Amino acid sequence: MIRFIPIIAGRLKKRQEEILESQDIEIRLLIDAIFRKYGYDFRNYSQAHIKRRILNRFQLSGLNTISEMTHKVLYDSDFVDKILLDLSITVTEMFRDPTFYKAVRQSVLPILRSAPFVKIWHAGCASGEEVYSMAIMLKEEGLLHKTQIYATDFNPVIIKYARKAEYPISRIKEFTISYQKAGGTRSFSDYYTADHKSAKLNDNLKQNIVFDNHNLVTDSVFAEINLVVCRNVLIYFDRQLQDKVIGLFMDSMPGGGFLCLGSKETLQFSTHNESFEPVVEHERVYIKKYS
Amino acid sequence: MIKRKNFQAVAIGSSAGGLNALKTVFTELDKKFPLPIIIVQHISADTDSYLPSLLDNLKKIKVKEADEKETPQKGIAYIAPPNYHLLIESDRSFTLTVGERVNYARPSIDVLFETAAEAYSDGLIGIILTGANNDGSRGLKKIREMGGLTIVQDPEEAEAEAMPASALEATNVDHVMKLKNIAKFLNSII
Repeated sequence: MIRFIPIIAGRLKKRQEEILESQDIEIRLLIDAIFRKYGYDFRNYSQAHIKRRILNRFQLSGLNTISEMTHKVLYDSDFVDKILLDLSITVTEMFRDPTFYKAVRQSVLPILRSAPFVKIWHAGCASGEEVYSMAIMLKEEGLLHKTQIYATDFNPVIIKYARKAEYPISRIKEFTISYQKAGGTRSFSDYYTADHKSAKLNDNLKQNIVFDNHNLVTDSVFAEINLVVCRNVLIYFDRQLQDKVIGLFMDSMPGGGFLCLGSKETLQFSTHNESFEPVVEHERVYIKKYS
Repeated sequence: MIKRKNFQAVAIGSSAGGLNALKTVFTELDKKFPLPIIIVQHISADTDSYLPSLLDNLKKIKVKEADEKETPQKGIAYIAPPNYHLLIESDRSFTLTVGERVNYARPSIDVLFETAAEAYSDGLIGIILTGANNDGSRGLKKIREMGGLTIVQDPEEAEAEAMPASALEATNVDHVMKLKNIAKFLNSII
């Protein structure tokens, strides 16, 4: 009897691998369908990430196969919105990584102060928490009035949410702690009005922010940006796409422009590495060299 | 004695009490350990990543934080950074994400184990150590389904027994061992 067990185990494994192979093909076809029909291109995203998100939606959908999801994606626009939200990077918080904001306050804003007008591009802004964090910091440093912030994301649903500037009250405690750690000079409660459910950020923070759809994968450059902030977006892209997007940032800024990435993102492996130098390396703050 | 060709990587998940448990295992570990080790230890989001240097200072095998897109090398241990999930791609390179917490955790053991199980299939050894929640149970089950080897720390020895106990309930695991024996077992892979 014992002799047969490895054979059964072997068969089981082979069957598992065959299922995985077919599943991967189905997911590729789904991603391809989204691109062809709607123009959103996830083909150069981390496959492991995409797969987890798609399988998660698959389990919630009650459908029998991933291929059925592909059909639904093509004919049901509500379902597409759900999947786009699944594939968006929506998890963010105000003053995420407080030491990063401190570094920007200390090493970047003093240099921008001398400019007559400041343009900031916040790429992949999701629900807006980090954009408003920047606005608060600019206000405290006396720069907000002469700054234009472009906050972009590929997902129109999430942009709508960002524009509202309303966040669950349950998150305010965490935001307040981070604000203080980031070197905030006032009381964080100066910046919002709260009821029992949510906190709404003050309208004057929004004055100089333009929220808009922009797809890093398929859209083109902005002009004369002094500071590009794009944090925890590039980690989802393969090297080739990372390089393309860093090139896009590079072409959007003059020499002396700043680029801020997420704490685990680096220019080290990019072909554009030579065009930048670190300002605060540990916090991933870079400056574009004058050519 | 276990033949090395069968195994290509070790994945370890630990939570409450994990620091001491990992230290015990790594203190016993052979300097010439021949496989990559990939670790998720639950850790608070805003801590500095001190764990890699703590284990690296034991002067056994090299221990570092996992970098995005890095491909794990044999004889090096990689630890998921605080506040990021660690995923293994089919080409076995690392992906870091800031996705939602899984089982209230980021990094989550299930996320590492489930993706590693697919990337390494029966070449993976999955180990659940001490912890006070049930993260890793689903992932260990997946490792077993893919033909990998599954080990759980003896809950009686664990500083927090919930996580190993939950893993034992979810899967018919290959071995239940005390920490010293887990290290011995790993050292027998040559």
